[in-house]
Amino acid sequence: MSSLKNVTDATFDQEVLSSGKTVLVDFWAEWCGPCRAVGPILEQIALENSDKIEIVKLNVDDNPQTAAKYQITSIPAMKVYQGGEVVKSVIGAKPKPALESELAAFLA
Amino acid sequence: MRQMIIIGSGPAGFTAAIYAARAELAPLVIASSVEIGGELMNTTEVENFPGFADGIMGPELMERMQAQAERFGAEIVYDDVTEVDLSGDVKRVTIGAGKDAKVEEALSVIVATGSAYRKLALPDEDRLSGYGVSWCATCDGAFFRKQEIAVVGGGDSAMEEANFLTRFADKVYLIHRRDSFRASKIMQQRTFDNPKIEVLWNSEVAALHGETQLSSLTLRDTASNAERELTVTGLFVAIGNDPRVHLFHNQLDLTPEGTIAVDGRSSRTNRAGVFAAGDVIDPTYRQAVTAAASGTVAALDAEHYLASLPEDLLLQATGHVDEGTAPAAGSTLDADGELVGQP
Repeated sequence: MSSLKNVTDATFDQEVLSSGKTVLVDFWAEWCGPCRAVGPILEQIALENSDKIEIVKLNVDDNPQTAAKYQITSIPAMKVYQGGEVVKSVIGAKPKPALESELAAFLA
Repeated sequence: MRQMIIIGSGPAGFTAAIYAARAELAPLVIASSVEIGGELMNTTEVENFPGFADGIMGPELMERMQAQAERFGAEIVYDDVTEVDLSGDVKRVTIGAGKDAKVEEALSVIVATGSAYRKLALPDEDRLSGYGVSWCATCDGAFFRKQEIAVVGGGDSAMEEANFLTRFADKVYLIHRRDSFRASKIMQQRTFDNPKIEVLWNSEVAALHGETQLSSLTLRDTASNAERELTVTGLFVAIGNDPRVHLFHNQLDLTPEGTIAVDGRSSRTNRAGVFAAGDVIDPTYRQAVTAAASGTVAALDAEHYLASLPEDLLLQATGHVDEGTAPAAGSTLDADGELVGQP
């Protein structure tokens, strides 16, 4: 089981958009192999950068409204939110160093 | 130091690991960080792997291969190889990057890095990747419910993706450059029989359009060069694969097709102690079964090679130093590979 918090259609506003923190949402699904592969990497990044960024997961099957609102057409999709706005999108499973360099601005 | 490192975790890598582990070579399998299990992890039903009469899901097949390798003692690490030095008797393989980088040494290396999806090489392809352009129907197909989308390609992968995508999409255009498919007969028939698929022959994708999401394609007729627009919200690219050899440039000889060159039907590369298996040496067949068979060949070749090495080298890898015959400090090898004690 993932150690990351799950957000839903119902909690997205409160947990992500209204959060005072920088929040990365991992849009994923059970049947997506690359999503399962990148999950543990996100857990590590969350652990190592807990003071800078919060990482949460959103299951696109269970929460179609949010997935549709953000026009998710490819998963895993990782979107970084600040003040309710998407400030960065990363698509596809990537090795840890590649993800860290994509997210460098939020991990510094 | 180890006896064997296997780079890759598809059917070739895991089958090599099963054979090597049963031969008590304690192989280290470097499985990658995000592509563990290889290409079959992104497929659904595998119907042509012998022994599975009712078919088996690609990911399950790979999990079973991994479990089989682990059962016999293969060690698996979920990280990426970033550098190799294959020149000496002792091969050096760097895993990970930056502060986390680690070097593993082994007397033999099996390269089973497979292949990567080929891109269309169009200007807006990278920008629209993940925004309508995809290489993974099983990952992304469900986002195209009730939409009109396209698949480009003419092989089994393209047919499989097109048929799979009709579960979600209202209509799937199958775009192909030629006037016939190279896919297997059964997959072609399934495609022709599927009322949601329309084949667009002699057509190639000339351009991709869309601001934030793909909205249409420009198709070019390969005979007349006439261009036309096709309105689709998704494009799945299945135009083939290229062998993954970027780690091995200047170290291993390649073929004109870009695969790693091996000696005849063996897995031997131009470097002693380095073997290659699976899609990375195969520009032609590229099946789960041929890759698995190729992994077997590599494990047996490597086992044979290890058996031919001088004992002192092997001892460094196995650590099984028999106290009674251990060389005294300062011993050296003579020209015949015999240990000679220092006077």
